Amino acid sequence: MALHKVVGIETEFGIVHRGVAESNPVVASSLLINAYLADLQREQEAGPLVGWDFEDETPGNDARGDVGHGGSPEVETHLVNAVLTNGARYYVDHAHPECSTPECFDALAVVVFDRAAERILQRSMAAANRQLPEGQELVVHKNNSDGKGNSYGCHENYLMDRSVPFGKVITHATAHFVTRQLYTGSGKVGSEAPGLGVRDVPYQLTQRADFFEAEVGLETTLKRPIVNTRDEPHADAQKYRRLHVIAGDANLAETATFLKVGATALVLAMVEDDALPRTFVFRSPVQAMRQVSYDLTLQRPLELADGTTITALEVQWELLERARAWAGTHGLDAVGGAVGEQILATWEDVLTGLGTDPDSLADRIDWIAKRRILEGYRERHGLDWADGRIAALALQYHDLRPERSLAARAGLARLTTDDEVARAMTQPPTDTRAYFRGRCLQRWADQVVAANWDSIVFDIGQDSLRRVPMMEPLRGTRSHVGTLVDESATPAELLARLGGA
Amino acid sequence: MPEREQIRKPAPAREVEEVADAPATSETGEKLKADIDDLLDEIDEVLESNAEDFVRSYVQKGGQ
Repeated sequence: MALHKVVGIETEFGIVHRGVAESNPVVASSLLINAYLADLQREQEAGPLVGWDFEDETPGNDARGDVGHGGSPEVETHLVNAVLTNGARYYVDHAHPECSTPECFDALAVVVFDRAAERILQRSMAAANRQLPEGQELVVHKNNSDGKGNSYGCHENYLMDRSVPFGKVITHATAHFVTRQLYTGSGKVGSEAPGLGVRDVPYQLTQRADFFEAEVGLETTLKRPIVNTRDEPHADAQKYRRLHVIAGDANLAETATFLKVGATALVLAMVEDDALPRTFVFRSPVQAMRQVSYDLTLQRPLELADGTTITALEVQWELLERARAWAGTHGLDAVGGAVGEQILATWEDVLTGLGTDPDSLADRIDWIAKRRILEGYRERHGLDWADGRIAALALQYHDLRPERSLAARAGLARLTTDDEVARAMTQPPTDTRAYFRGRCLQRWADQVVAANWDSIVFDIGQDSLRRVPMMEPLRGTRSHVGTLVDESATPAELLARLGGA
Repeated sequence: MPEREQIRKPAPAREVEEVADAPATSETGEKLKADIDDLLDEIDEVLESNAEDFVRSYVQKGGQ
């Protein structure tokens, strides 16, 4: 049986420091996050800063085994790196502020915590701007490219069964990642692929397709691969794999985030259960990424390795049909039960809309919502796609300042409520190990030395620090440890009771 | 989680009446068309001042 799909999203945000002669994005990102942490403390909504624990970080491990690359492709920054009481990680990475949601039980919870991350960034901006001199301002965008050839990511993570051959994951994931762009794209004016510009590609579905140059690989910052092989499960490595997905856009539309994560969780569960008898192997997956992204008719045939062709929409319909059949035989528990039903229904609605009248999805899918605004403005003012005002509007779709955001004014449908999003800024999920991390931080931040995804380190006043491993993503939930945490007066008591439990 | 019981609330800012899984109907299309006209009416107030300079100078360091 497929493993429960524990899921999460990590987003690198664009950042600008306005009003200074030379802005440094690393300094700006640090300032932003520190301002948030200071604001929490001032309002007494959090204890002292708890930093990230790098003990188990191994981003250089490759899921394909030893493939002879030279060492780790990245060095983690040791700049601001905080763990929040909602179980999230908020830090500076590659000159961007980045927020990783806590581990979530299903795709709907991911939407809630992804929106909470937006709110955290908004509060950070407000707090930082209060500190800055008159005339200076930090501005944050939830996007994936600056339009000038620089990209930054929105990554998804899915818990998978280690015993599934990785080659099988690559085959099915590639077909899905190329074709799901139909609804995961956040839209982009022009192209940043070598030799192409706005005259060649006035508007495309995704922010990211221009930046994929390889089919499979370990890199994330250059020569980006469609399937990333970083093998760092942040859990029991004997049992689990974490599929680290770098081939998606950051979404503002909740439905897009929901379907991106939900459909992918379903596809990966089907891979584990051998429920995908047909494989779609593209003749050139890298080319297919761009062909799908550049094709606003959504009907372009893509070449398969066997010489036949298929459209992205046809691949997605087949995956949906397989998912319905799989649900019939296996149930939907692995993707959240009732939430699984909601994923299937949303998937069908969206594919139907894409096939009949894409504009009917302008309240649910980012590239369509954004295009509607840009087309409307173009028509009204008789502008060309290459006009600077169109580029400005396109960027402002992603602006997180409430008074500027165009996405916030686009009439996007909500799957969450403001109340649950506000709560998720400080309260962890109750149904994954993030609950234990978040609750320990809420109660004993002054005695937590550091934390990371799979452990938490306490200083209980003895000679040595005490590390509590959390190698099972679905343990440490409220039903598992809620009473224990609530009833323990101190971390020492908690550890004693955990030891005896 | 108990908060899952409350889903699909209309966006408060613009009082859109469709729910997330509204079928693709021409009625929805008409509504969206009317909404975009309203948005375009207010867009000059929302637009960043010197928006074109802003987008021209918008340069990010590459990330992941």
